Amino acid sequence: MSDIMTAKDLNLWYDKTHALKNVNITIPEKSITAFIGPSGCGKSTFLKTLNRMNDLIPIVKITGEVCYNGQNIYDSSVDVNELRREIGMVFQKPNPFPMSIYDNIAYGPRTHGIKSKVKLDEIVEQSLRDAAIWDEVKDRLKKNALGMSGGQQQRLCIARALAVKPKILLMDEPTSALDPISTSRIEELAIELKKSYTIVIVTHNMQQAVRISDNTAFFLLGELIEYGETEKLFSQPTDKRTEDYITGRFG
Amino acid sequence: MLSKKRKAYITAMKTAMYISVGLTAALVIFLVLFVFFKGIPHISRELLFTKPSYTSGRIGILPDVLNTLYIVLATLILVIPLGVGAAIYLTEYAQNKKIVGMIEYAAETLSGIPSIIYGLVGMLFFCQFLGFKTSLLAGSMTLVIMNLPTIMRTTQESLKTVPQSYRDGAFGLGAGKWRVIRTVVLPGCVDGVITGCILSVGRILGESAALLFTAGFAHALNGIVEGLASPGATLTVALYVYAKEQGEFGVAFAIAAILMILTLLINLSAVLVSKHFAKKRKL
Repeated sequence: MSDIMTAKDLNLWYDKTHALKNVNITIPEKSITAFIGPSGCGKSTFLKTLNRMNDLIPIVKITGEVCYNGQNIYDSSVDVNELRREIGMVFQKPNPFPMSIYDNIAYGPRTHGIKSKVKLDEIVEQSLRDAAIWDEVKDRLKKNALGMSGGQQQRLCIARALAVKPKILLMDEPTSALDPISTSRIEELAIELKKSYTIVIVTHNMQQAVRISDNTAFFLLGELIEYGETEKLFSQPTDKRTEDYITGRFG
Repeated sequence: MLSKKRKAYITAMKTAMYISVGLTAALVIFLVLFVFFKGIPHISRELLFTKPSYTSGRIGILPDVLNTLYIVLATLILVIPLGVGAAIYLTEYAQNKKIVGMIEYAAETLSGIPSIIYGLVGMLFFCQFLGFKTSLLAGSMTLVIMNLPTIMRTTQESLKTVPQSYRDGAFGLGAGKWRVIRTVVLPGCVDGVITGCILSVGRILGESAALLFTAGFAHALNGIVEGLASPGATLTVALYVYAKEQGEFGVAFAIAAILMILTLLINLSAVLVSKHFAKKRKL
């Protein structure tokens, strides 16, 4: 498997707080990579550096490189909007726009210039099918998306992200606000999606990392402590701190 | 058990409270009834739909109604883009918190200045310096400055209620800043803009001091373009003129009654609009 993203000596500061310290990592294509660690360890922050969502916070300062397909995404020549189209994001709390289900999905394609009704219809249906929610919503595409349940809203957000045909999907604790049934649906969906997409998921839930991910990275206090195949990391961690965390000694 | 003293105290306080509530309600009801009682008998078809004629001694307020309409329209057309634009800049773009704070403070101060001062400045600046003469246009320009803070502040407040998660979602799909604002942020704050407009319309209807200096007293029947270029009295100014300069108190009260009804309608529509949007948000 070839690597699709690489971070080199990445440092990040919130004003004076050093939130990420010399992070080096490579993320393989068409696989699920999980980031685990206690609250405040920098895993979500790191996830957001991968599609430059941290740009929206004025006090953030970043040094080092994040390469996507060999190109440093923090280079001044990079079109951030195009980057975020290729590297999509699903947030912790489902955040559908207050519009119809159809318009939610069509928002991305419309943003990138697709106007034809036929084409939009096609993309909406395909994205909803890929997110395994088509059968539940096909009869109410014109209804407001805020009327759906939390789990449905989150799958809608995944469908919305898929509609712009990204290469990578970043998921920031996508199931932390959901019930167990919705959670397992999203996990199944993630496993299904890794056939065509690269998925990076931040999770609080170690069982979730074990269940779905191929590789796991353990963060602590802004440092990447250990990174490797999920099975190996959980059965034979090399670092004492990793072992302490996964055996539940802190966190 | 409550002591006797305590009981007497509670009764006294309750009585005082009922008296103040009763007085407030009675004052409002008295004012409204008084104006309606004095004014409504003078409202006639002739008054509403003709212009005044000095030769026949006829009094009609149609020109004043139209002038009011023109001035409201002209003011809104100018003030909405300015106010909404300023609000968008301040909440979405401006990085320097100090400058934003200063502008907000200035806007708040601006809305507390007595309107006659706006009239004086408007007369010197718009009528004389810019050469608009005494005209409805100069009047509406003055009202634009007066209402700018209202529109700006209500829009700003409702921009702040649009959840950050909507913006994040849109940015995450690769939308540029302006597209995010246009498609996700602005639709979420329409209610604020509308509320600001309704408040402004109410203020424009009630404004007289600023217009006495800038828009004049004429009662000529004009189309909108001609009307804006020439002097004219709005309903409120006409009320002043008829009462103070011609001693036509019946007409003045008729106008007062009309203004009162309009104000009532405007407040009612403000309530309806906010209810409508509150319902939409909840969904």
